[in-house]
Amino acid sequence: MAISRTSKTALWLFLTPVLCWLLLLIVLPHIDLLLMSFGGENEYGERVWTLQNYRNFFTEPIYWNTFLRTAIFSIITTFITFLLAMPVAFYIVKVVRPRFQGAMVLMLLLPFWVSELVRVYGWMILLRESGVINHFLLKFGLIDKPVEMLYNDATMIMGLVYTSMLFMAVPIISAMESLDDSLIEAAHDLGSGKLVIWYKIILPHCKPGITSGSIVVFMLVLGNYLTPNLMGGKNSLWFTEQIYNQFIASFNWNQGAAFGFMLLLLSSLIIWIGLKLSRQKLGEVAS
Amino acid sequence: MTQVIPVVFGESMDNDLSVSNLVKKFGDFTAVDSVTFDVPQGSFFSILGPSGCGKTTLLRMIAGFEEPTSGNIMIRGKDMAGVGPNLRPVNLVFQHLALFPMMNVADNIAFGLRRRKVDSATIKKKIETILERVGLPDYAQHQIKQLSGGQKQRVAIARCLVLEPSVLLLDEPLGALDLKLREQMKVELKKLQAKVGTTFVYITHDQSEALVMSDRVVVMNKGKFEQLGTPQELYSKPLTPFVAQFVGDNNLWSGKIEELSGSDAIIRTDEGFIFRSRVQGTVTVGRRADLFLRPETLRIQPKEKEGLNIFTVTVKTILFDGANSRLLTVTPQDHELLVALPQNRSFDYIQPGQTIEVGWHPEAGVCFAAGD
Repeated sequence: MAISRTSKTALWLFLTPVLCWLLLLIVLPHIDLLLMSFGGENEYGERVWTLQNYRNFFTEPIYWNTFLRTAIFSIITTFITFLLAMPVAFYIVKVVRPRFQGAMVLMLLLPFWVSELVRVYGWMILLRESGVINHFLLKFGLIDKPVEMLYNDATMIMGLVYTSMLFMAVPIISAMESLDDSLIEAAHDLGSGKLVIWYKIILPHCKPGITSGSIVVFMLVLGNYLTPNLMGGKNSLWFTEQIYNQFIASFNWNQGAAFGFMLLLLSSLIIWIGLKLSRQKLGEVAS
Repeated sequence: MTQVIPVVFGESMDNDLSVSNLVKKFGDFTAVDSVTFDVPQGSFFSILGPSGCGKTTLLRMIAGFEEPTSGNIMIRGKDMAGVGPNLRPVNLVFQHLALFPMMNVADNIAFGLRRRKVDSATIKKKIETILERVGLPDYAQHQIKQLSGGQKQRVAIARCLVLEPSVLLLDEPLGALDLKLREQMKVELKKLQAKVGTTFVYITHDQSEALVMSDRVVVMNKGKFEQLGTPQELYSKPLTPFVAQFVGDNNLWSGKIEELSGSDAIIRTDEGFIFRSRVQGTVTVGRRADLFLRPETLRIQPKEKEGLNIFTVTVKTILFDGANSRLLTVTPQDHELLVALPQNRSFDYIQPGQTIEVGWHPEAGVCFAAGD
C-alpha cells in the first residue's frame, strides 16, 4: 500500500507525542536504570562496571526466594481473580436485566474511587485483632479470644484479589458482551451441559478479554507495594519491598536498579509463557 | 436394539411431535394460547404468522428453552415436561444460525456427537456423510467465516441433522439471506427434507416460504392457531379473515349481506356493487361483511359472462413483474383493485387510462362477517 506524502507527514505528526512520551518516560529512565544496575564501587570507592549486583541477587537466597514467592503469589492471585471475575462478568452481561447492567458495573467501579490506601485500611479495620469481625465473632461466642487475621499470606492474597478485581472484570465483561446468547443455547441444544458450555463456548470466546485482564492484573500485583506491605505485614516478603529497601533504606541504587530489572524480566517472561500456553499473540489481545 | 415402547394415546405413535393445549404466559401477556397440533412422522410442518404472534415462543418451548405455563409436548410419544434442551431428541436451527466461530466446519458438526461420546472414527465418517448430503463435501476444514450465507445455512442444518433428531426445528433460518439465495434455499431445504426424511418444524413470517416448502401449514395470530391445513387449502379456502389477508394477496371490499341461501350470499358493497359470493363462517342477512377476492380470480374482458360478477374498472398502472404481473385498477368510486395480468400476450393492448370489464366467479370470492 502506497502512503502519500501528506499522510506520511500526518502519521509522524500524530506519532511524535507518543514517541516522545515513550522515549522520555520509559526508554531513557530504563537505560539509566540498566546502566546503574551494572555500576558499583571497588574497594577504593571508585565507580566501576560490575556484575556484582546481579551476582548478589543469585547468591543471596533471601533475594531470589522473595523473587520466586512474589512470582508464584502473583500468578495465584491472577488466577483467583480470573475465577471470581468470570461468574461476575457472566452475571452482569447475561443474567441481569439490561437496565441494571450499568448500575452493576458502577458498583464494581465504586470502590476504586477511593485510594488503594483507604481500601486496604478498610480491610485492616475489619480483620485486625480488635477489628469488626473479631468483635462479632466474640460477641456471638464463636471464638474465645480474638484471632489475628491480618499479616498472613491468605489475607494478603485476598487483598490483592480485591484490589485487582476490576481490572480483570472489565475486559472480560466487554469480551462477553459480544457473545451471542444463541451460541450458548445452540450448545445446550446440541447436548452440552453447563460445564461444557463454559469450557467450549464461553471461555474460548472470552479468551482475549481474559488474557488482557490477566496481563494487567499480573503486572499490577507483581508491582504492588502497598497491599502486600500493609496486609502481609513484616514477613510479607514482596519483591517490590526489596527494591524499595535497596533504594531508600540501604541507599544502594545500583542494587535496586538490578532488582528492578530482574522484576521487569520476570514479568515479561511470565507473560510470554502465558501467551504461548494460551496460543495467543500480544497484538491480538491488545486489539 | 430393544427399546421400551411407551404407551401412547390413539394413533399418535405416527406423530413425531404432538402438542396439546399448550399455554405460555409472560406475566399478564399470553404469548401462546392453548395450542394443539400433531406433526406426522417425516412431514414438513410450518408455523406461519406475523412477528410477535408467539411462534418463536412455541418453538422455544418445543426445543426446551421455555417452560410451558400449562399443556404438554410429546416427542415420539414421550412427555417432554422437565426435560432440558440438551436431553430432548429435537434440534434447533437458530435464526442467525449460531455456528461456533471458534471452531471449523468439522468441529461444529462434531460438537453434538462428541457430547454423546461417539468415537472419533464414527464421528469422522458421519461428518463426511452429512457434508456430502448437504452438498458441501470438501468443506470440513473450512473456518466458519470463510463460508457464504448459503453455506453457513447448510452447515447449521448439517450440525443438527448429524444427531438424527426426531424433529428438526427451524427458526426462520432463511431470514438473513438475500432474496435470490432465499428462493434457491427454499427449494433446497424442501429437497433436503424429502431426502433425509426427518420431520421438520419450520417457523416463518414469510408466507411464500411456508407455502412452497410445507406439507402442512398452520397460520398463527396473537398466540392462537387460525387455521391448519395444506398450503392449497389455506390459499383457496381460508377459514378466517386473518388467513385470507395474511396468505397471498387479496382485494378487499366491505359491504352488507343482502340475501343468503346456504353458503351463497348476495352482498352489496359500500360502493353499490351487487355481488354473488361464497360465505365462510356465520353470517346473517343485514350484517356487515368483508369480501376477499384474489387478483388472479379476476378475469379481464371475459367472453363468457354467464354467472360471473361483472363490473368495469379503469387501469391506473401496469405493475409488470414477469409471470407475476398485475394491473392496478380503480373502480368508478376510486376503490383500488389488483388484477392479475397473464403474460400470454392476449392483453398486450391494455394501456393505463383504459376502461376494462372484469368478471369473477361467485365461488372465487369469500365473505366473512366483519369484525366490530
